[in-house]
Amino acid sequence: MANVFAFAETRGGALRKVALEAVTAARQMADATGGGEVHALLIGAPGVASQAERLGQHGADVVIVVEHPALAMYSPEVAAATAAERVHNGAYRAAVFSASAQGKDLAPRVAAKLGVSMAADVTAFELSGDAVVVKHPVNTGKVIATLALTGAPAILTLRPGALQAAEHARSARVENAAPALDPAAARVVPQELITGNNAKLDLGEAPVIVSGGRGLRAPENFALLENLAAAFGNAAVGATRAVTDDGWRPHSDQIGQTGRLVSPDLYIACGISGAIQHLAGMRTSRTIVAINKDREAPIFKLADYGIVGDVLEVVPVLTDAVKKAKQH
Amino acid sequence: MAVCIKRVADMETRFRIAADGRSVDEAGLKFDISDFDGYAVEVALQIREREGAGDITVVSLGPDIVQEQLRKALSMGADRAVQLKTDHIPFDGLVIARALADALRDGAYDLILFGRMAIDSSNQTVGPMTAELLDLPCITAASKLEIANGRGTARRELEGGAELLGFPLPAVVTIDEGIARPRLPSLKGIMGAKKKPLEVRPVALGEPHLTVKSMELPAERTGGRILGEGPAAVPELVRLLQTEAKVL
Repeated sequence: MANVFAFAETRGGALRKVALEAVTAARQMADATGGGEVHALLIGAPGVASQAERLGQHGADVVIVVEHPALAMYSPEVAAATAAERVHNGAYRAAVFSASAQGKDLAPRVAAKLGVSMAADVTAFELSGDAVVVKHPVNTGKVIATLALTGAPAILTLRPGALQAAEHARSARVENAAPALDPAAARVVPQELITGNNAKLDLGEAPVIVSGGRGLRAPENFALLENLAAAFGNAAVGATRAVTDDGWRPHSDQIGQTGRLVSPDLYIACGISGAIQHLAGMRTSRTIVAINKDREAPIFKLADYGIVGDVLEVVPVLTDAVKKAKQH
Repeated sequence: MAVCIKRVADMETRFRIAADGRSVDEAGLKFDISDFDGYAVEVALQIREREGAGDITVVSLGPDIVQEQLRKALSMGADRAVQLKTDHIPFDGLVIARALADALRDGAYDLILFGRMAIDSSNQTVGPMTAELLDLPCITAASKLEIANGRGTARRELEGGAELLGFPLPAVVTIDEGIARPRLPSLKGIMGAKKKPLEVRPVALGEPHLTVKSMELPAERTGGRILGEGPAAVPELVRLLQTEAKVL
């Protein structure tokens, strides 16, 4: 029986979906040790404590709340010092972070401070004797490595979407704590958070992704994909690197090895031929649909369902059909 | 400035698993500087061009074969190279970071650059770990970087957003793509690189706690089911999304 630590990522004072996934993973791991506790660390500006309840609902027994007026934005050095101190004092079997932009920044700092090795971007994990055995895609997702991480705590970052956040109703005890580093003493200073349209679902959070490539032929045709995403109601719009490189869509929308790695329930590739670097970013999606003019396009080898045709003709028809299906 | 680079296989290929079951068969593969590390070299060169001065050391850990990538970085314009000689490149980022931190500690570098991750092992851990071991400020995955008057400002891409951070030098920065396209070595650069110093420094690696048990190719998706052509195929697609995939 051993306790497990989870880092609960927030942005703008609200939990991100990956925070619930990290807590769910920590719960699974604690249960696998014979039923230890899950301790989640929640850092933010005053008021962030209101998020603690949801962590309890997903399996946290204790939520350590660190509130400070200077911590509205993620501060790498304060978060690393605070997480490292907690993980060190807690004698945890494992510490779970998210393989998000924030978690990938944070976890290696914590591991190095504690002098322990870590496993990154993990898609599956299990306890096996004194090791944690994990799966980690390498070589742009073309090879899957099985890794053994020994020593405690086992620090890992969990790939967003690798598991479903699960309810585990319990009411967490809230423990207030001070940051381990005075934010005024941090050398790296967060200056500004730039967010896109807040009304839009983030690619990492959306259950459905509608994604477009050069086959859309012009940037304004992405409106068709926005309409399809709106018809689903729970969808985000992504793009290929070719399209973001040409400035048709923002860089942050790029899905692929060098952009976002996504695993939605449904991925609809529109006018995307299926370059290796794009496939590396979406191949773990649960269901893949491809719409492309070229019957020989590599995307059809990966897709569960394919339609050969012009996206500009097919997508509007699909949008209407989805709207009808949603009404029923 | 120092730039840490890794030798990696070209990814535009179909990999095979080696006979040991724990690595990729390297026969027939082409190797190069890891993509993001190439951007980091370019960033260093551009900073030197803007500042009008600066000495660039490229560092790579591994067997003698990594000298190929060090020479390439020299031909791009780096001034000197250091090979941290080991018999293999370990998978455990902390083992690599410790060797790098030891090598970089006395270098009095203003800026130590890395790629945001090695394109093969995809761990994204060595840069920030090295920074921690050196107790230097660190920015990871910078998509923009400005250096002036002993301070830096960097932009990091987030999921659906970005953040701006300020930091003092000396510092460690890991480089995302989109920041600079690496230049190709000129013929003059290639000739000149042969005369530039390349120091070979044997290093002893610590014991790894992250090891590869096995590697496998991902299961092929059983996809490839083409439902039909044009808008006429949409009703069948919607039916399958509802009844089979249950996502609608």
